[in-house]
Amino acid sequence: MIEILSAAPLMTVQDMGRSGNYRYGVCRSGAMDRVALAIGNALLGNDENAAALEIPMPPVRIFFRSEINFALTGADCVATLDGSPIPPWWAMRARAGQVLSLAPPQTGSCAYLCLEGGINVPEVLGSRSTQLREGFGGLNGKPVSPGDRLDAVGNDVILPPGGLGAVPPRNALALSDWPGITLRVIPAAEYDNYTAASRDAFWSADWLITPQSNRAGYRLSGPDLTLTHPLELRSHGIVPGVIQVPPGGQPIIQLADAGTMGGYPKIGTVIEADLWRIGQARAGDRLRFIETDYGTAIDALEAVKQYLYDMRRQTALLRKAARRWEQV
Amino acid sequence: MNLALSGTNSAPRISHLGTSAILFEAPGELNLANQRRIWALAERASTWPNVREAVPGLTNLMLILDPPPRDPDALKQLLLDGWASGEELHPKPKTLKIPIVYGGEGGPHLRDVAEGTGLSVDEVVRLHSQPTYTVYAVGQHAGYCYLGGLNPRLFMPRRKVPLVSIPAGSLSIAGMQTGVSASRGPSGWHTIGRAEISFFDPTNRPPARLKPGDIVQFVVEGILE
Repeated sequence: MIEILSAAPLMTVQDMGRSGNYRYGVCRSGAMDRVALAIGNALLGNDENAAALEIPMPPVRIFFRSEINFALTGADCVATLDGSPIPPWWAMRARAGQVLSLAPPQTGSCAYLCLEGGINVPEVLGSRSTQLREGFGGLNGKPVSPGDRLDAVGNDVILPPGGLGAVPPRNALALSDWPGITLRVIPAAEYDNYTAASRDAFWSADWLITPQSNRAGYRLSGPDLTLTHPLELRSHGIVPGVIQVPPGGQPIIQLADAGTMGGYPKIGTVIEADLWRIGQARAGDRLRFIETDYGTAIDALEAVKQYLYDMRRQTALLRKAARRWEQV
Repeated sequence: MNLALSGTNSAPRISHLGTSAILFEAPGELNLANQRRIWALAERASTWPNVREAVPGLTNLMLILDPPPRDPDALKQLLLDGWASGEELHPKPKTLKIPIVYGGEGGPHLRDVAEGTGLSVDEVVRLHSQPTYTVYAVGQHAGYCYLGGLNPRLFMPRRKVPLVSIPAGSLSIAGMQTGVSASRGPSGWHTIGRAEISFFDPTNRPPARLKPGDIVQFVVEGILE
């Protein structure tokens, strides 16, 4: 069991998200950076969908009430266990009474604290993810606050002494040398309804992420995107990644907690394989969009799956060796 | 200019929402007959390979793909064939009466709508509360119902900049659409009234109170300035 000593605002319990209830208006929720969550779970030998604590913009301090394996992935923050530094993208064992501290991230925004077997909260509509709008899932449908305690499901995995780490996705899945965030986009239904100048601006601008950004969506600031003539669309299903443009002309990327339907014109959709990159974006960061097509986006999804498979296999081998060592 | 007609296509339109979903937009008017065809298409599509869920919208259908197929053309053909079959779904409806207080704090844009449509406030309320509405689709947020049957004289374009939050129970209109919000959240619509009602409970099966095809009637409980 862990206890929160000091919290970042809007820390929540998240797994890979809710599916199959879109037609009742239930959005995906789930981790903003699902790759970081998957790696944390891989390091611990957890189910890929095990729930973890999503920590947007640490600092945070957490007390281990019992001995437990944990993993820390996602945003690049200096982390310490009782003052000793922990490498990034790392899993190790904590003793009862130790304190984990995360400093504000140097790059990225969301850190994930995974526990052995996953965080033990009840499943609601097939997921442990927190649904903040309707207030269900996660820890009683609410953000996790100081004083809250979280239990782990537990497992019998043995980690190597000192722990083990993974290659971060920003290295394994790097897209460009540009220091901002690059996202691949498939043009959406209304793309051709934008003026040629707006379409050019969409691909060439360095978009600024505004402070009006959260788990529901990221509002961007840049050149105004204008339609050749006004459109009033019939509401339709949308998914995380859809880039809507309200008549004001400034785009919004819909994300994990976005509504399941919308009617603003959409210029494109960030491909699923790149959604984790936005999960690590924060206000003030710069974004660029690169045009891609469906086939390339499927390849990109395969590349993410291959990376996760490789990490899962490599960490499993290290844990197997640790177990043999334990038995000698 | 009737903006409502700008969404009317002469042929079905299919587009990608990344690799996560495919969007099918039916040709023709936004009406109950076309909506019944969308519900029938949704029922068919929910059994197709690679389709995690079929989500009806307003004369459109989103297929959530999991896993997305490398070649999506087969699904696109199934959508076109399914629509062309002309099959309609006629679900057995239940009727829900919702008492509404129009205007006042709960309906801050009632006057904007009156000005935008050139009607008096009383006329807006009368035209809005007169019809029986059909639930065309459920979504946006949990339990929210998109209602068909709005009088075309109440047409208003969406707001230029969406509001960050409106409270649960807000009755709003935009385009040719109207509905009552099921929980607090952002909105690009015009809020004209307020109801005390619950549309969603995650412990119920199904969790949403109303389903496509159900009937909603608004009962005027009061009109506030």
